[in-house]
Amino acid sequence: MFAYYLDLALRSLKRNPVLTGLMVLAIGLGIGASMTMITVLHVMSGDPLPGRSAKLFVPMLDPRAPDSGQNARAGIMGTPDAFTWVDAVNLLREHRADRQAAMSAGSVAITPLDAGQHPFFAGGQYVTADFFPMFDVPFAAGNGWTDAQDQARARVVVLNAGLARKLFGDGEAVGRLVRLDNTEFRVIGVLRDWHPQPAFYAQHGARVFGGPDQFFMPLQTAMELQASFRGHFSCWGDGTESRTSDQCTWLQVWVELDNPLEVLAYGRYLDNYWRDQQAHGRFPRKDAPPRLYGLMAWLAHEHIIPDTLSMQLWLAVGFLAVCMLSVVALLLAKFLRRSGEISVRRAMGARRRDVFVQFGIESALIGTLGGLLGLAIAQLGLWSIRQRPDGYAHLAQMDVGMLVGTVALAIAASVLAGVLPAWRACLVAPALQLKTQ
Amino acid sequence: MTELKPILASLGRHKLIASLLALLVALTCAIVCNVAFMIQRQEALMGLPSGVAEDRLVLIDSASLDRTANQLVRHQTDLAALRMIPGVESVAAVDALPFNGNNWTSSVQTSPDAQAYEVASLFNGTRGELGTLGLKLVAGRDFRADEYIPLDAAHGNDGVRHVASAIITKALAERLFPGQNPLGKSIYPYDNPIRVIGVVEHLLRPDVDAGADNGQSILFPLLPDTNSITYVLRTAPGERTRVMRQAAATLYRVDPDRVLRDPQTFVQLRADYFQREREMIGLLIASVVGLMFVTALGITGLANFWVLQRTRTIGIRRAVGATRADILRYFQTENFLIVTLGVVLGVTLAIGLNLLLMTHYALPRLPLWYLPVGAVTLWLLGQLAILAPAVRASRVPPVVATRSV
Repeated sequence: MFAYYLDLALRSLKRNPVLTGLMVLAIGLGIGASMTMITVLHVMSGDPLPGRSAKLFVPMLDPRAPDSGQNARAGIMGTPDAFTWVDAVNLLREHRADRQAAMSAGSVAITPLDAGQHPFFAGGQYVTADFFPMFDVPFAAGNGWTDAQDQARARVVVLNAGLARKLFGDGEAVGRLVRLDNTEFRVIGVLRDWHPQPAFYAQHGARVFGGPDQFFMPLQTAMELQASFRGHFSCWGDGTESRTSDQCTWLQVWVELDNPLEVLAYGRYLDNYWRDQQAHGRFPRKDAPPRLYGLMAWLAHEHIIPDTLSMQLWLAVGFLAVCMLSVVALLLAKFLRRSGEISVRRAMGARRRDVFVQFGIESALIGTLGGLLGLAIAQLGLWSIRQRPDGYAHLAQMDVGMLVGTVALAIAASVLAGVLPAWRACLVAPALQLKTQ
Repeated sequence: MTELKPILASLGRHKLIASLLALLVALTCAIVCNVAFMIQRQEALMGLPSGVAEDRLVLIDSASLDRTANQLVRHQTDLAALRMIPGVESVAAVDALPFNGNNWTSSVQTSPDAQAYEVASLFNGTRGELGTLGLKLVAGRDFRADEYIPLDAAHGNDGVRHVASAIITKALAERLFPGQNPLGKSIYPYDNPIRVIGVVEHLLRPDVDAGADNGQSILFPLLPDTNSITYVLRTAPGERTRVMRQAAATLYRVDPDRVLRDPQTFVQLRADYFQREREMIGLLIASVVGLMFVTALGITGLANFWVLQRTRTIGIRRAVGATRADILRYFQTENFLIVTLGVVLGVTLAIGLNLLLMTHYALPRLPLWYLPVGAVTLWLLGQLAILAPAVRASRVPPVVATRSV
């Protein structure tokens, strides 16, 4: 029966190619626009560190002065998203988590070994020793540094694959010397092109989905050399606006907690730390206790997915709805025009269910064609997104799951769109239609 | 008006299809109104005036690698060399510029213990910054040579605690001292009083958003002394390209031990800054066009069906004396009624959608005049979509009435 209905559907579609084409186009446009945006959001909301993300946490303290709340256009305060140097150092020293690291983004001028070439800037992170084991950073050669080297402000650096290749070609990089900001550093490790998406550990901003960090340098070394830092540097109160002030936030702190008990214990530790500091006159915001965010919760808290993108998704979904309504209207017109045919079939013994299935199959066929067109349009849309300057642009690729999902969505949407017209069609009474003919 | 009765009666017998069409129009109306509003907001953001002489400026970022050197001296040496390039009218070394993102913001009070504050961006630069940028002084005077002190970046920008004078924008002056003459008054970004000695017409903050305080800026006579600096070159008309080519070579000749970012014009800086907005506008316009197209598709498709379904009826009407114009008008009026129903629903939906956007995406309220404009647009769209089927209907010959099928 299915083959027969399919044959009927094909004949019917061929009979009016313009109308068929318009319906396929409407579904294709709607599906294409939606799937483009769904794909972008799908790849952006993935887990950047599968397997480890459940053990990684961001502690957050609010050390700021209370807001006077007297600005008519307030909103500069918000919630803090970074640590002061003082608190970061305290948490690292007290060492209550399995692992803990502080970090900040920065850039250094690199002098190429080849004399005659101009120096260039590279972006990277200034981090502490636990960074590498905590995030399970994959080394191609060598390894990270130790706590002792952190304290000694060692002149050592870990390079990502791209920068190592740029500086040393395919030769051995570990053990070589490199000039960063006019200071000699020894390369002690090279990463296997490490590039988690998003760069969850960094301060969130336009670069979170951008290119990989090119180098990793001990944080204390960077402080001593007054290397250039990047990212929000937010101060309050009357102290000096220096990196070591306890009134300026700018550092990210991450901790690894391997089981729920440790998470609870760490939460208690943070509470105690907060109260203890309050006894010393810090943390005046009594209504802002410390928080502990899991990795995925932190990404959500930081709105890692730009608002414009989710708005674009809703726009695409609205567009799909309009397309579907249009298709419902067209299908209704198409099916009811065949009232004569329906009544003949009904008079010859076809049950309502048969008519319903027949038209359902016709809708699904249109949906499949529309889905294929939608797939092509979505590829075009994703291609155009890859041309955008945004860091997430290069992620805009469909995987197999999304491909199948696109066609499935198209068929589901068109079957849904076909339900009402098919139902109306199967209500056609046999006798009446024959009589008016 | 007598024509309305049969149309209404006929629509009453096609409630399902008519309400589907109205729903289609309503959804499109709601989305198009809100999207048009978003487009207008992006356009407004992109059109923000910067207050500087945009078509005359060339910028070049330089970072010296020798951190032990006296950066103030280096900047002066560089500026002197840049000034010698033919076609350069004046030069300045600055930290912040509109659209360069180097946004040092501070709260500003009018007395040290005031509760009320405004938020402003701080701009520092060498002598001649006002003239080079082309800022218009509307009151007071420019900084004198003896007012300049170093920013002292090495000690947490400590210079800002010792600076004695400032020039503020008119927008900030109106917020801080409404209805008063700001000249001679003191402002307190920190604890120390800083006297306002001048007011400039406008200077956009280095980072802009859709908020209302984009023009709140303060200029200080503070000499930037970090190793990384932006040089601004004001060029004679038509000389930008040549000056850009020479600037990099000149700076490398003065000191090769530095990193230079490609020189660019201010026009490029602005274009790069708004690239995302431009693409967003393109996308929004494409979606409006797509929505209208699909809606028209639905209307035309259904009208075609109706015309075919009613061929016999039309023939009978023609046979009993209706003119072609009557038939045409019948379909046009019918479409107008359906679209009107859709528009009424759509306007309500548009307001609802706007409320949703206001709570979830902090969008402002939709100005009411978007609604009638949206309504008229959809009426026109409906009439356009119905035209071909209606004309076809009007061409149905009266003889059809005599045929049996």
